[in-house]
Amino acid sequence: MNSLHDMTVAELAQALKAKQVSAVEVATGFLARLGGNPHNAFLDIDSEVTLAQAQASDARLAAGTAGPLEGVPVGHKDVFVTRDFATTAGSKILTGYRSPFDATLVQKLGASASGGAGMVTVGKLNCDEFAMGSANENSAFGKVTNPWDTARVPGGSSGGSAAAVAARLVPAATGTDTGGSIRQPASFCGITGIKPTYGRASRYGMIAYASSLDQGGPMARTAEDCALLLSAMCGPDLDRDSTSLDVPAEDFTASLNNSIEGLRIGIPKEFFGEGLNADVRAAVDGALREYEKLGAKLVPISLPRTELSIPVYYIIAPAEASSNLSRFDGVKFGHRANDYTDLVDMYKKTRAEGFGNEVKRRIMTGAYVLSHGYYDAYYLQAQKIRRMIADDFQNAFKECDVIAGPVAPSVAWKFGENAGDPVADYLADIFTLPASLAGLPGMSVPAGFGAGNMPVGLQLIGNYFKEAQLLNAAHRLQQATDFHLQKPAGV
Amino acid sequence: MSKLVQGYEVVIGFETHAQLSTKSKIFSRASVAFGAEPNTQACAVDMALPGTLPVMNIGAVERAIEFGLAINAHIAERSIFARKNYFYPDLPKGYQISQFEIPVVQGGEVSFFLEEGKETVRKTVRLERAHLEEDAGKSLHEDSSLGASIGDGRGQSGIDLNRAGTPLLEIVTQPDMRSSEEAVAYAKELHKIVTWIGICDGNMQEGSFRCDANVSVRKPGDPLGTRREIKNLNSFKFMQQAIDYEVRWQIDQIEDGIAIQQATVLFDPDTGETRAMRTKEDAADYRYFPDPDLPPLVIGRDWVERVKGKMAELPRVMAERFVKDYALPEYDATQLTQSKAVAVYFEATAKACGQAKLASNWIMGEVSRRLNASEMAIEQAPVSAARLAALISRIQDSTISNNAAKEVFDALWTASGDQVADSGALSVIDAIIEAKGLKQMNDTGELEKIIDEVLAANPKNVEEFKAGNSKALNGLVGPIMKASKGKANPGQVNALLMKKLGG
Amino acid sequence: MSLTPQDIARIANLARLELQPEESERMLTQINGFFGIVQAMQAVDTTGIEPMAHPVAATQDITLRLRPDVASEPNQRDLNQRSAPSVERGLFLVPKVIE
Repeated sequence: MNSLHDMTVAELAQALKAKQVSAVEVATGFLARLGGNPHNAFLDIDSEVTLAQAQASDARLAAGTAGPLEGVPVGHKDVFVTRDFATTAGSKILTGYRSPFDATLVQKLGASASGGAGMVTVGKLNCDEFAMGSANENSAFGKVTNPWDTARVPGGSSGGSAAAVAARLVPAATGTDTGGSIRQPASFCGITGIKPTYGRASRYGMIAYASSLDQGGPMARTAEDCALLLSAMCGPDLDRDSTSLDVPAEDFTASLNNSIEGLRIGIPKEFFGEGLNADVRAAVDGALREYEKLGAKLVPISLPRTELSIPVYYIIAPAEASSNLSRFDGVKFGHRANDYTDLVDMYKKTRAEGFGNEVKRRIMTGAYVLSHGYYDAYYLQAQKIRRMIADDFQNAFKECDVIAGPVAPSVAWKFGENAGDPVADYLADIFTLPASLAGLPGMSVPAGFGAGNMPVGLQLIGNYFKEAQLLNAAHRLQQATDFHLQKPAGV
Repeated sequence: MSKLVQGYEVVIGFETHAQLSTKSKIFSRASVAFGAEPNTQACAVDMALPGTLPVMNIGAVERAIEFGLAINAHIAERSIFARKNYFYPDLPKGYQISQFEIPVVQGGEVSFFLEEGKETVRKTVRLERAHLEEDAGKSLHEDSSLGASIGDGRGQSGIDLNRAGTPLLEIVTQPDMRSSEEAVAYAKELHKIVTWIGICDGNMQEGSFRCDANVSVRKPGDPLGTRREIKNLNSFKFMQQAIDYEVRWQIDQIEDGIAIQQATVLFDPDTGETRAMRTKEDAADYRYFPDPDLPPLVIGRDWVERVKGKMAELPRVMAERFVKDYALPEYDATQLTQSKAVAVYFEATAKACGQAKLASNWIMGEVSRRLNASEMAIEQAPVSAARLAALISRIQDSTISNNAAKEVFDALWTASGDQVADSGALSVIDAIIEAKGLKQMNDTGELEKIIDEVLAANPKNVEEFKAGNSKALNGLVGPIMKASKGKANPGQVNALLMKKLGG
Repeated sequence: MSLTPQDIARIANLARLELQPEESERMLTQINGFFGIVQAMQAVDTTGIEPMAHPVAATQDITLRLRPDVASEPNQRDLNQRSAPSVERGLFLVPKVIE
């Protein structure tokens, strides 16, 4: 048996079932790695709670009532509310918040006595405030560092999740992806992550940023691990989430080993233009050649409105966010300003003190594009172009089975490199935004290394409900390459 | 023709918020029962805790469909929920889920009768729309001790979110009303409809039925004037007062050369005045957009048909049936369909005694009077429909006179349960008639004897009558009735007198 | 489309955000910079295109699910209010609301 932290979710689950190790031992092993909160990945840890969960898992394992992932540790991005840990969404405005309920996805991965997969929660993971950001520099509780090079960003908004998995602080973590926030940090940290079809994983208990875009998903080191977690996470939540689709849960591991002979991989020309750095391109091309060796066919396709996805996303997401964040008003929960003159002043000061700059910026933009006289020109127009983008994908899927390309134009950048111009940051989301807008499932798979020996991810985009096909393709690549097995120095 | 006030035409439109009589909230499974301890009926969704999402209550939709059918409206096959964004402590999400561009009920109309001078006129108010939305919570200001626990000298309001999420149907009219009387009549008719079909309990004191009146004035022929909105009119009495005051106030302003500013006003029942609320700048910019948490609401034709099939006869339809089947005047039919209970009572009475008009008279008269006096509902009336029917039968078959019937009715109404044995309505009536000796004298032989005696004792009247003064008869009728101890059948008295006097 | 400082003030008020003067200025510059890239979006001809609210509506009709009218939430006031800044006798306290 490898040392615990080098084991995958699949290996740990197997070892626990085989009683080669106990859940308490596993939990203790991982908790021991969290001293000093490496990379500032975690926002809340509570070893008592974790060990109690581990003990419960051991009882279930002994009784033969174990869940599929019984006793395997997991970390949850801090936008998932949890009863037994604090929840902040990376924001000061939720200081001291204790949710009275667990997010559905936390339940589905959690205690098997309540129908979950049996995983043990190690803690809550750092993220950009309210999932708004691409570098985890927007957290109110400090930035997260990239385990491959701590002078660089881990990506965002699920930066804590990506760093924790890359540094083997947890074997797997949950993330959320609204415009690329699972895929991009997975790429930057050399791990595997998948965002399912919109509506396949419940949003109940996932603090809303942009309601029509947010989706939760797993981040781990292998496609197989992602498939294991995704199988537990997906499924209808008809009683609590009206956008949850009545599509049955699926075992995404079943077809992992299918041959991909004849798989048509669409290559969008718009993803390989000038903006793509050469080192990233080289890694991506390398992965695509591997696919050809495996029998896949590369098919040139076009996603003509790729560039438009930037303004469309940055109109729709802030608009929805500006409304979703109105509930943070200092009345029912969270931070309230100490000094104010009256009610309106209380609101204004509470929110000014509680929200960071990026959040304020998006709230302002969002409120503006929804305001009287601008709704048609901005929000409505954006939702129309969104449909056109979705239709573009449907056209493309007539020629191919999956679409492949880079996740981001570059590898993880150094802190301070992007001069703090938010618009420049937005532009870097160009490859992940289109699939988000269309609600399609998307993955990032380690594909090699680029400048500064930093990881590069390959993006795979599937048609609606084709997560199994994506995971299959990713798994086959991982069988043929070993990028996903590399780990940062010193880990 | 509009009734003008100081030469101005009054234009009124109504927005009514009716709380729907579901068991749970519109978007959560918390109870909507009235009167619970603060925040004990506000679940995580109602409190807008992070991560919560709305899930739609079928009972609210079904009631919207019922309302749409009741007012002959179009029920949208597809309607959209939208967020209305503004900040207020009783609005936990910072937005209200409502419907904006595409509401569930579109069009429709409400008809009712209005007394205009000596005429009874039929009015129809067109509805623009009715849509589903969630109610806000409540702010409690009156308790000045609030905040004592935190030593707050600034004064605090207490927020109770029990009401937050209660389903509402917001019912909006076209500005069709032209007088405060018409507006109140509309409101009463609307109240009747929603309670009749059972979608709202209509309890205005508890806030189940809240009206806002949009009022403006103009010289006839001019374009619409600027309107002010009188909010939260929760009693019909205050409604009329408030509108009347507002109309006079607006006219005074205009006559003084001051333009009317759009505003929201509140009515103060103590002073009888309307007063503008503090103006909230940007209050109108609600930044409506379709709620991304709620896909479109689809209502298929088959669902509408099923609801239609289950619905009880509507008051308007029932009134028309009363006119047709019972030959009742429209006015009577309207009065009798004020409430389902009254209508049921009437029909039972009419069917049992076969005298619809008499039944109507008694119900609108004696029964109504007594019910109003003791603030009783007709379901609690001590005189059942069967007994009223029996009473009317005894009038009809001349057993008792109308006056005597009133005595019997009184006895029935005030009798305690065991005084009169319940052995069938007719026997109950007969027992009272017997006990009080109210039986009308129908034996013409005895009556003729009395008449002959009275005629003999009053020769002067007889002469005057024969001379052509028909009024002289009255002087004879009195003594006859007295001699018969009131038991003479007045109709028979007249007939016999005429016969004897050869008139 | 260029925003003015008045726009910033109006929006900040709508969004109940108190901005310091430097913040407002920075916000103005950054948001205007953002609207620079929005221009391309304005030019797109979207005649006849239905806006897309639910992403999967691209391939199938997604409609609102309706749940039975059952009141099943228990009273959990203490749990739900445990993170409230100010509560008295079960009521959330806020600075007095003036009508």
